Amino acid sequence: MEATIPVLILAIPLFMFLFLGLLGKFMSHKWAGILGTAGMGVTLILAYFTAFTYFFSGSSEFISEAGQRLQYLVFNVDWLQFTDNLVIRLGFLLDPISAMMLVVITTISFMVHLYSNGYMRDHHGVWETGFQRFYAFLSLFSFSMLGLVVATNIFQMYIFWELVGASSYLLIGFYYTKPSAVSASKKAFIVTRFADLGFLIGILVLSFYTGTFNFTDLTSVAVAGAENVYSVSANTAEGVFNIFQNEAAAGFMGCSVMTWALVLIFMGGMGKSAMMPLHIWLPDAMEGPTPVSALIHAATMVVAGVYLVARLFPLFIINADHGGAALEVVTWVGAITALYAAMVACAQIDIKRVLAFSTISQIAFMMVSLGVATTGEAGHHGLGYMASMFHLFTHAMFKALLFLGAGALIHAIGSNDYTEMHGLRKYMPVTHITFLIGCLAIAGIIPFSGFFSKDEILSSCLGNSTVVYIWMSLVAGLTAFYMFRLYYLIFWWKEHKVREGHHAPHDQPWTMTLPLIILAAISVVAGFIPFGNLVSWNGEPYDFMAHFDWSVAAVSLAIAIIAIVIATVMYRKENPLPAKLKNAMPALWRWAHHRFYWDELYYFITHKIIFNGICRPIAWFDRHIIDGTMDSFASMTQKASFAIRGLQSGNIQMYVWVYLIGALLLGGITAVILLV
Amino acid sequence: MDYSQFLVMKQEICLLVLFLLVFLNDTFLPRKAQSGIGLITCILFAVFTLGGFCPAMMPDGVAVAFSGMYETSPVIFAIKNILNIGVFIVLIQSLRWNSSEKQTMRRGEFYELLLITLFGMYLMISARHFLLFIIGLETASLPLAAMVAFDKHRYESHEAAVKYILTAVFSSAVIMMGLSFVYGMTGSLYFSGISGSIAIGNAPIVPLVIALAFVIAGMGFKLSLVPFHLWTGDVYQGAPTSVTSYLSVISKGSAAFAFLVILWQVFGSVYADAWEWMLYALIVLTITIGNLFAIRQRNMKRFLAFSSVSQAGYIMLGIIAYNAMGMAALMYYILVYIFSNLAAFGVIGAIENKTGKVSMDDYNGLYKTNPRLAVTMMLAMFSLAGIPPFAGFFSKFFIFTSAINQGSVAIYVLVLIALINTIVSLYYYLLVVKAMFIKTEEECTIATFRSALSERVGMWICLAGILGLGIVSFFYDSLLTISGC
Repeated sequence: MEATIPVLILAIPLFMFLFLGLLGKFMSHKWAGILGTAGMGVTLILAYFTAFTYFFSGSSEFISEAGQRLQYLVFNVDWLQFTDNLVIRLGFLLDPISAMMLVVITTISFMVHLYSNGYMRDHHGVWETGFQRFYAFLSLFSFSMLGLVVATNIFQMYIFWELVGASSYLLIGFYYTKPSAVSASKKAFIVTRFADLGFLIGILVLSFYTGTFNFTDLTSVAVAGAENVYSVSANTAEGVFNIFQNEAAAGFMGCSVMTWALVLIFMGGMGKSAMMPLHIWLPDAMEGPTPVSALIHAATMVVAGVYLVARLFPLFIINADHGGAALEVVTWVGAITALYAAMVACAQIDIKRVLAFSTISQIAFMMVSLGVATTGEAGHHGLGYMASMFHLFTHAMFKALLFLGAGALIHAIGSNDYTEMHGLRKYMPVTHITFLIGCLAIAGIIPFSGFFSKDEILSSCLGNSTVVYIWMSLVAGLTAFYMFRLYYLIFWWKEHKVREGHHAPHDQPWTMTLPLIILAAISVVAGFIPFGNLVSWNGEPYDFMAHFDWSVAAVSLAIAIIAIVIATVMYRKENPLPAKLKNAMPALWRWAHHRFYWDELYYFITHKIIFNGICRPIAWFDRHIIDGTMDSFASMTQKASFAIRGLQSGNIQMYVWVYLIGALLLGGITAVILLV
Repeated sequence: MDYSQFLVMKQEICLLVLFLLVFLNDTFLPRKAQSGIGLITCILFAVFTLGGFCPAMMPDGVAVAFSGMYETSPVIFAIKNILNIGVFIVLIQSLRWNSSEKQTMRRGEFYELLLITLFGMYLMISARHFLLFIIGLETASLPLAAMVAFDKHRYESHEAAVKYILTAVFSSAVIMMGLSFVYGMTGSLYFSGISGSIAIGNAPIVPLVIALAFVIAGMGFKLSLVPFHLWTGDVYQGAPTSVTSYLSVISKGSAAFAFLVILWQVFGSVYADAWEWMLYALIVLTITIGNLFAIRQRNMKRFLAFSSVSQAGYIMLGIIAYNAMGMAALMYYILVYIFSNLAAFGVIGAIENKTGKVSMDDYNGLYKTNPRLAVTMMLAMFSLAGIPPFAGFFSKFFIFTSAINQGSVAIYVLVLIALINTIVSLYYYLLVVKAMFIKTEEECTIATFRSALSERVGMWICLAGILGLGIVSFFYDSLLTISGC
């Protein structure tokens, strides 16, 4: 495959970032929006073309005789060569998941670019200040995210990983005059940066023992299986092999080196994907403009953690085969996060916060799915992997849809609070219908896309462990409940009386409704994509219909319907039931409403313990010891300068005198030293 | 006699022709036609400077004349080119001052004196025989006294000239005393002859050390090394600003090159064992005392005088390496020093010409009234202090590297002391920046004005040097190649 198109996929967003960032000031708001959207549109076409070529061209570059999809390096250039072995490369890797992510990212990004043309102005059509900056940052993010998914090695991924973090920081803090937005952006950056520390250490440990950064080296060994590892015949492969062999030997604190490396890398994923206990930044990140939330904090960046685990999945499997605990960590972090986030989502008032916690919960589903993908009956091997990627795909579509719908509502009402909304179905029919489709998809109602992906995740859980299965089914029920609670509270409950005439809420301009309609259409049909044929953990087609478990499907469908019915009873019309329920369990409600006081806990740890225990002593040392030393140097210099001022008397006789004495002393002392 | 050996002295001859043109112009043209003499000199000198860079002029290798008394080589050629650049900037910057009404009667003399001192410096650098060297030294020193006294209606100018000439004469006496010792012991005044004679042990060590001390003292006067520097403050302050800038960069730079050549070629053979510590002591004294005095100064010209004393200490660090790498580092340092110091003097001169103010307190809040001048001054200060990415950082870096390459413990200590002193120097350079940018409570006493075109051209050239030299990294490599590393 020619490298031109893949290079363009990365180059166009980068160029648009520089172009809009540097020259945006000199063009009108309208043209900045049009150019940004057009640039993304071209990228979208190129990405679709690339993915289509990869999946369907049947070229021997991409698929083997036996029908196994291959990893294909479009290009891979040496970027920094430190030593013969230590090379950092930049390249473009095509394989099933990166091709899929290209489609997801460009689709959502294009929708958001289009949507923002309408969203980023007020009702009178006045553009937001910094509109060009907004588009520049969107392009920067798209570039970073595309670079992340096509990374050929873990170091390149780390670079782009930080870049998405930085662009997320910039976009959360877009309204930088708002203190809450500023602190939210700082929080997001610091928390994810802290997690990335673990990621970096993990990368260093892994590459130290394996001797390579390259994904192809790392994973091909694992996929090929240990016995024919030498057929890979790369020097590095031996290193990779060694780490598997030494699995039991080298260890630290009871766990093998590899488990440590993978868990530390997963820590980076936890930060980006907002897994407990590093989830606290994501709800606050909703301070950013809503299209940003849809793009970054629902569909693309936050699934980077899932993508990371999927990318290194063969290593996780090897680890599990050798008795390592890395995948179990993934499973249980995911499971706990999923339940926690779903409970919190039931008690939020801000609609974006509900969606944020719903996102955390859904990403946790993907994590769990990866975690349970290994063991179990032979036929299920890899089902979880495929299900996770499938859910990533469908979730990106319907969650972006929900966020963009929420954006339309917020834009119309001017508030994030559902108590300000109620009964909007008549005023905003397009938003209403598309939002409902999104809710049905996320609740897992047949035939919407969420049904298929979630059902596969649950089957995969069942194949692994009954406890996880029951746990996740419960969470799925909660999901359906809180989503329809949100839906009814926005569109039904009661009518606000004052909404009439010119100021009545109404559907938004076409730039905003068109993306909603497209995404809704995708959410309806995406479930029928034969996803297993395209994406599977080892590249071989995976016919999931053969493994389709109708009993699991029936149970999950039943749970979802029951949950929706409960939500309908409680929230369709104004009634005292929710209040009663709240009063019946006041403690639970309060804890859930306050997100189980996680933020307060962090506040306590950082402000009380770390600040007082570590920072204050250091500050004292800095002020008194270090500064004191420096100050005394300075005052000594001043005193010395004062003391010798008499030398410069202005008297020429004395000048000559000093001159002569100086010359004589210089010669005399040297001569004496040499003689002695 | 083979007259073709005059062709070796291309640069000297061109300079003499240039001098004669200016002289004839000054002497024989009617007064009215002389108002353009400054501009003519600048243009002629620009042509001369550019000509120095054309490859046809450059000697292929070492070439000697007059049975080895005079030597030229690509290094020496490059050194003279560097000096030419500095002189050109000084000429441009002096245009406005020298075209003022009160200079009418003696406008041309300034250029003649300046060119003839430059000729003396050429001889100093090219000399391989002490007789020629002394001639060069005197030619470079004595006319400078007349230049210092150029503002003849100003009392300070007179005082400075008297102090300068007395010290100069005295230092000449000392250096000739030292050389007569050397001649008495070795029987030669050729550099090569002396070093050969020392090498075979003809010279007793004690008189040789005394002689070397006297030579160092004589050169120390020109370089203003402590304790031979005491004239610096008074003379720099009293002299017209253009002359001060000429003294501080060109005169000092040429002396540094000549000094390096003498140490390298004459005393180098026994240098390392015996006399290292003389220079160490001088360097430590120079940098430290220069800094301690600079801290206290409120007059900008006097302030730069002591700053240039401490800069001389850093220059000596390049000399101490007395090898090809030291030569390259020294050339680079002098070039950067020319740009940085002349940028500072350009600003001072522009302000002095307009308002007559030279006190640092007058600079308070300069950024508000004259932002461009303030920024130029700031960059010059940053470069002098050695803050990256400006050229001054790289020049300090190279000079430290070349010194460190000597590899002895004493050198490490010396470089450490020099590094600590850069922090002190940072303090007083930033005092100026602070005055211009931070002390803005009161109204600046210097009103907004537009500096003359010639002044601006000079400052632009300096700024280009400060900003560009650090980035053009291969420049230092080419200096290394020229000096044979």
